[in-house]
Amino acid sequence: MWSEDCLDRPFGPAWNPLYHLGGLGFFYYWVVAVSGIYVYIFFDTGLSEAYESVEYLTHDQWYLGGVMRSLHRYASDGMVVMMLLHMLREFALDRHRGSRWFTWVTGMPILWLVIICGITGYWLVWDMLAQYVAIGTTEWLDWLPIFGESIARNFLSPELLDDRFFTLMVFLHIAVPLILLLVLWIHLQRVTNPEYFPARGLALGSLLMLLVLSLIWPALSQAPADLARVPTELGIDWYYLAVYPLVDEWGAGTGWLVAFLGSLLLVVLPWLPPLRGGGAAVVNLENCNGCTRCAVDCPYAAIVMAPRSDGRPFEREAVVNTKLCVECGLCAGACPTATPFRRAKALAPGIDLADRPLAEVRRQVEAASAGLTGQRRVLLFGCDRSVPVEQLPLAEVAAVRLPCIGALPPSFIDYVLSRNLADGVFLSGCNSGDCHNRFGVHWTQERLAGTRDPHLRARVSRERIGQLWVSARERRRLQDAVQIFQDGLPTDPEDTPPPTREKAEEAL
Amino acid sequence: MSTALRYLGQGFVYAAFALILGYFASLPTYTHFPPDQALIKLSLAHGADRKGGCRRRSQEELRKLAPNMRRPMDCPRQRLPVLIELEIDGSLLYRDSLPPTGLAGDGPSQVYQRFAVAPGRHAVVARLRDSDRRDGFDYEHSEQIELAAGQSLAIDFRSEMGGFILRR
Ligand code: HEM
Ligand code: SF4
Ligand code: SF4
Repeated sequence: MWSEDCLDRPFGPAWNPLYHLGGLGFFYYWVVAVSGIYVYIFFDTGLSEAYESVEYLTHDQWYLGGVMRSLHRYASDGMVVMMLLHMLREFALDRHRGSRWFTWVTGMPILWLVIICGITGYWLVWDMLAQYVAIGTTEWLDWLPIFGESIARNFLSPELLDDRFFTLMVFLHIAVPLILLLVLWIHLQRVTNPEYFPARGLALGSLLMLLVLSLIWPALSQAPADLARVPTELGIDWYYLAVYPLVDEWGAGTGWLVAFLGSLLLVVLPWLPPLRGGGAAVVNLENCNGCTRCAVDCPYAAIVMAPRSDGRPFEREAVVNTKLCVECGLCAGACPTATPFRRAKALAPGIDLADRPLAEVRRQVEAASAGLTGQRRVLLFGCDRSVPVEQLPLAEVAAVRLPCIGALPPSFIDYVLSRNLADGVFLSGCNSGDCHNRFGVHWTQERLAGTRDPHLRARVSRERIGQLWVSARERRRLQDAVQIFQDGLPTDPEDTPPPTREKAEEAL
Repeated sequence: MSTALRYLGQGFVYAAFALILGYFASLPTYTHFPPDQALIKLSLAHGADRKGGCRRRSQEELRKLAPNMRRPMDCPRQRLPVLIELEIDGSLLYRDSLPPTGLAGDGPSQVYQRFAVAPGRHAVVARLRDSDRRDGFDYEHSEQIELAAGQSLAIDFRSEMGGFILRR
């Protein structure tokens, strides 16, 4: 999206907030938790005590208590913004269908829980806004035929109300955020290494922003609640309380209907329409030596290492849970047995995608290279989610597309160059902060740099490898980068690696 | 882009976000209720008499019942509806017959209604019928009230406290 490219400039992909919305959501949650504990220490439960204790924090202790209160409010608001953007983005980028449905569907209760946290929080201040929220909520709940006696009647007049309601609200305002944390944990059961905390630069920037905002524009209460008066003009927190004016406008019945149908729509969205894949990764036990690399690299926790079942002298073997697999191929890219040099037997790595096996990738690479001539032949690897590489109008460039660039074992690069199938290899894929399969680009970069298994061999001339990580919109940028890379390829025959046949590799 | 320029850019984005965050945390204000009006809430929960009186079961009927169900009197659980009228300054603001709640129709009738009225002096008359009488009311309350703008007056009912209660 355009907005992402804009933010890439000042923030760079590693700090671009749009690539870390989930992590930022967690960041705001942690700020809310810490500031909430502080505010709670000074909070008094009781009809007039509650308001007074919050006023004390805001005015008498503005330098700490007031700042904490403001942090508590603004970080809560920030959490709603991050949550909504995160949800929209996962939807817009099609990261909610197929095996990812679980993460999406568990997001729906998060939406409700976050809003309930906010509502119970505003209730506790017991100012005119709290009164409006209390009466609105109870009237809305009364519409449901579950409470025998109307609960809105508790707020008819001051003499009918007692402190019990407060005790209940304080309890809810602590219990619901804890339940939220539990559901967030469930939300992330199917992603490995989730971002529980964003990059340090992002966290620092956001905290600084919250602090400045809290000092310049401190959170204030409205007039104290008075059940003998009607709340008239109110300053409303639209992030949490927008439903109340809507229900005022529509009526309770329509409000419930919209809330119910909206939630239902969210829950069924991953199947509208269902994602038809080509099949999960499959393990080929004959070639699996139980090294665990595929399990470590799988971004969706779809591989477990099980005790060996075929009697071969290895401790463990990889087992794919097809229900969790999103068919990204990162496991094949990680498998040390996925080397194209083998000729003796068909290329059958320990783990491979069912419908896009690496043998087929090797066949495509060979076919593509056969059509190339000259001294600056480039083999361009791309992925399904970034620029469609085969559509770039470049001379002497042959393109091969993978489900994810992380599905390419580094040995393929070695293979292309050492077999003289091309003079340069260019790798492209999603913007590095924003890989559709979370770690495809990251793992590839680490494999090339030699910090992650399997390494790209040191003998491979790094001059002949180009890379660019761009979103699908940046076709022109990729085209230009490949062109520049191609023009810069050394052509001196002395420089070109001799097309050696690697006997040692053959024997493998 | 130079580092300084990048941090400047980040600062700009954070400032814009802070502005949005702070603004919608309390603005624009929302007018829930016109400030130049007063509110009357009619809210009560009251169970009317049971429908029809008790009836003595015949020997024949008793024999047909399970032994633990053989009570000589057959008393219906279902309640009558409650009829309510609210009159302000001589004109009828509300009149409704409220059916009992509960699956068996044995719960109290409930009403929760809000009326915006101009501030000032008003003659309020509330009437309620909870028996099987054909006309007239079992309870009636009339009172002169003075309402200020923004005031909320609740009209409640407690039979054990003699009928209607005006809470301000
Ligand atoms: C404050 C609330 C939320 C927080 C803190 C949160 C946090 C996260 C985090 C940390 C990730 C992992 C991303 C990564 O590290 O690569 C994630 C993934 C995801 N979230 Fe949320 N989330 C929240 C709400 C929601 C909601 C409301 C929805 C949708 C209804 C949602 C849908 C998703 C989806 C579909 C993914 C999976 C992305 C993928 O498979 O690549 N989340 N979330
Ligand atoms: S293709 Fe491999 S790495 Fe990707 S989700 Fe499936 S098992 Fe995991
Ligand atoms: S990476 Fe390959 S060899 Fe290693 S455990 Fe996975 S399938 Fe087996």
